[in-house]
Amino acid sequence: MQTAVIRFPASNCDRDAAVALEKVTGRKPLMVWHRETELPAGVGFVVMPGGFSYGDYLRAGAIASRSPIVRDIKAKSKRGLAVAGFCNGFQILTEAGMLPGALMRNKNLKFVCRPERLKVESSNSRFTQKYDAKSEVTFPVAHHDGNYFADKDVLSRIEKGGQVLFRYAENPNGSLNDIAGIVNEGGNVFGMMPHPERAIDPMHGGTDGLDLFKSILETI
Amino acid sequence: MAKKSEMTPEIVAEHGLSESEYEVILDRLGREPNLNELGIFSVMWSEHCSYKSSRRHLAKFLTKGDRVIQGPGENAGVIDIDDGDAIIFKMESHNHPSYIEPYQGAATGVGGIMRDVFTMGARPIALMNALRFGEPTHWKTKQLVSGVVAGIGGYGNCVGVPTVGGETNFHKGYNGNILVNAMCVGLARADNVFYSAAKGVGNPIFYVGSKTGRDGIHGATMASAEFDDDSDEKRPTVQVGDPFTEKLLIEACLELMETDAIIAIQDMGAAGLTSSSIEMADKGGVGIELNLDKVPQREPNMTAYEMMLSESQERMLMVIQPGKEQLAFDIFEKWELDVAQIGKTTDTGRLVLKHNRKKVCDIPIAPLADDAPNYDRPHVKPDARPVLAASDIHETQDYNDALLRIMTSPNIASKRWIWEQYDRHVMTDTVDSSQSGGDAAIVRIHGTNKAVAITTDCTPRYVEADPYEGGKQCVAETWRNLTCVGADPIAITDCLNFGNPERPEIMGQFVGAIEGMNEACRAFDYPVVSGNVSLYNETNGQAIPPTPAVGGVGLIPDLHKYATLKGAKEGDTLVLIGETTGWLGASIYLSEILSREDGAPPPVDLSLEKLNGDYVRQLIRNRRVNAVHDLSDGGLAVAACEMAFASNQGMSLSGPVNGERHGWLFGEDQARYLLAVEKNSVNPVVSTARTKGVSAQIVGTVGGDRIQADGAFDVSLEKLRAANEAWLPNLMSGGS
Repeated sequence: MQTAVIRFPASNCDRDAAVALEKVTGRKPLMVWHRETELPAGVGFVVMPGGFSYGDYLRAGAIASRSPIVRDIKAKSKRGLAVAGFCNGFQILTEAGMLPGALMRNKNLKFVCRPERLKVESSNSRFTQKYDAKSEVTFPVAHHDGNYFADKDVLSRIEKGGQVLFRYAENPNGSLNDIAGIVNEGGNVFGMMPHPERAIDPMHGGTDGLDLFKSILETI
Repeated sequence: MAKKSEMTPEIVAEHGLSESEYEVILDRLGREPNLNELGIFSVMWSEHCSYKSSRRHLAKFLTKGDRVIQGPGENAGVIDIDDGDAIIFKMESHNHPSYIEPYQGAATGVGGIMRDVFTMGARPIALMNALRFGEPTHWKTKQLVSGVVAGIGGYGNCVGVPTVGGETNFHKGYNGNILVNAMCVGLARADNVFYSAAKGVGNPIFYVGSKTGRDGIHGATMASAEFDDDSDEKRPTVQVGDPFTEKLLIEACLELMETDAIIAIQDMGAAGLTSSSIEMADKGGVGIELNLDKVPQREPNMTAYEMMLSESQERMLMVIQPGKEQLAFDIFEKWELDVAQIGKTTDTGRLVLKHNRKKVCDIPIAPLADDAPNYDRPHVKPDARPVLAASDIHETQDYNDALLRIMTSPNIASKRWIWEQYDRHVMTDTVDSSQSGGDAAIVRIHGTNKAVAITTDCTPRYVEADPYEGGKQCVAETWRNLTCVGADPIAITDCLNFGNPERPEIMGQFVGAIEGMNEACRAFDYPVVSGNVSLYNETNGQAIPPTPAVGGVGLIPDLHKYATLKGAKEGDTLVLIGETTGWLGASIYLSEILSREDGAPPPVDLSLEKLNGDYVRQLIRNRRVNAVHDLSDGGLAVAACEMAFASNQGMSLSGPVNGERHGWLFGEDQARYLLAVEKNSVNPVVSTARTKGVSAQIVGTVGGDRIQADGAFDVSLEKLRAANEAWLPNLMSGGS
């Protein structure tokens, strides 16, 4: 299985994502520079990594979402390409219109980094099939702009459509409905603020993140 | 040559140069300097750049050792950690800017120390910080805490280097001068370390990174003067950080360092283009000619003076191998960085600057370094303070209350509010960090099973009480903290923060502390490989407590054998290593319970430190212990509480095994460790200690949900933890 990690200027979890993908697939992912206009052939799963693309100097993820490579990934995702964005990657996916809603500044206005307990809302998805529904996992969060917001209609649509896959047990940022991670209607584009790639080694304090990678990679 | 300037004594004085220093300039040039030249001499001979008050004393430090690849004198120190890996590290102060503009001051402090490390070829892998603020109730403290913490996080988090630990103190002595000391640790290949000495003649000089603006002009001179009530007016001299550009610079420089294009490289820190170009030329024994018209500029009509003295951040200077110019251009353009060839090396030994087709500076480089002032300032030893016996110090009648007060006191209370704003996990090699409240942070070397342990320490109240013993203690505590996690301590960096060196009593603190530190370095074979000095930390004549912050680095060769304070298990026995006399002089008990700051500090017996520490490390390597914590502020009682919080276990202390009860529980005797040992290991641990001459006493048990001590306190673990956690959030959310 060939996977890819997109590198934007000031991505900083690109290596971490690559380590996780290699651990699960046994194969190094391709590191794709943001200025590329097309994904290399044969890539079955793309990770948009965490970081501070373009320094978060406009809105987090806004500039990166206009990168040439994102245009190609967006087009391919409409034909079923599996894509996941973690932290800044999630922000980029919402800014690119590939996931609904937006990530606003944390409610208390401060950066927050801590291990966060999450409820797996549904195991009926390509990204969570290996978890038990309603089970609890712990992934670290580390963000300044993780406060998930969507208008009433969108919120009710994603809730009814089973698109909310993870919720915070103790909401760290003010996200509506404690939303930590969502998937698109097609079920192939997923984003979350917590970092599953930081929970794949006993040395990290836990390995709850591995099943997320295993879940999606098994379906490709 | 620019028209001969008319130097007045006022202009010379405004540049912080003394009359005698100006005489030397006249003598070496054989003429009056022009304003550009005067500005260059001024920053190069500032305290910050020339170490004119401290140089002769710093020379006393042990700087060599088996693992030292590069000691002081380069951008950072380099040590060997086997397998072809090298660790590059340094700590630096950004005190004055952080007081004036806390967010940018602290942020650029982090940026600057990272550049010192990646300039030498290392990828930064960990950040630490040592912070000292004024009294919690002082009107400015909250604003400074929140700005400094946001600035450190804002920079480090964006660049993607984990901030894994540090220390934070509050004391009224810092009301007018806070201390922000940042440390960076990087990883390089031992055979691919980069240095700053320019080589060759006619080699191109490249400028890379942010454009040069008018920010930070004369920052180095500001950092070399005292503050007064008008210090707010110095705000324009504070630089503004751009962590996004820093991140691009790191990636671009490390990419270029994989080629053979770089001959020499130096970041533009204090005194910007001036000090970077002069240092490169001086170390390489060459001259440098720069065409300032080529310097990327942020604003129009900048003068040569402004460009040379600007401290705009995120800029690097390098000498490139001829023929490799295009390779360098391509890499920097890929990373969308400004890059320009701004000059070349020459064989004249002179710094020649051209601007608008005119020569605006032409000075010999050697005198800037060789003739830099080197003062032997008068210094007096402070009077020795009396040793206080525990029996002469009032014993609390309410131990529950005393324990609660100590655990919620500013220096002991949890700093979660601070470290939760730092990304501690990015790069996914953090094994232990502030999160557990441990003695040292542990960061794995990527892709291996070994790790570095990192700590920063200083106990200013001890240094104030006795600079020599206090200096010893700062080094010994870092050594002890590295030992606590099972690391072999290797080397230190230091950040020597003191008041005005022109006052003999301040200079006495400085000299005493260095001599004490050096004594400890030599006893442990634990050299100083990098550091900086920050003097003139005074406002309106009030100096800070002497604060020689020490950053220690050690190696854990095998991550199967390390310890933290998190591992204590129900039923474990608590074993105290080291002798307890009940030393309460200059202790937390004295200051928090009795509001006294007198008495001599605990003496540090360096051979005992070594004996006890080596034994503890051996126990960790033999997996004889479940948890380890050093005894420092607040003594046995505080160490037990901290281990209880981290392990989520109650603790019952027996005793006193000897002496007074308050001295036993809160005394701060040195060279001590608290161990949680499984029952069946207790006998071998204690008996082996005896054969080695190490004091080992059984002092309690682990388990339950209370913190107890015989005949003293008995409180709920959860209640104590909640109070310990609540202090700082309450301070920060409360009205001023």
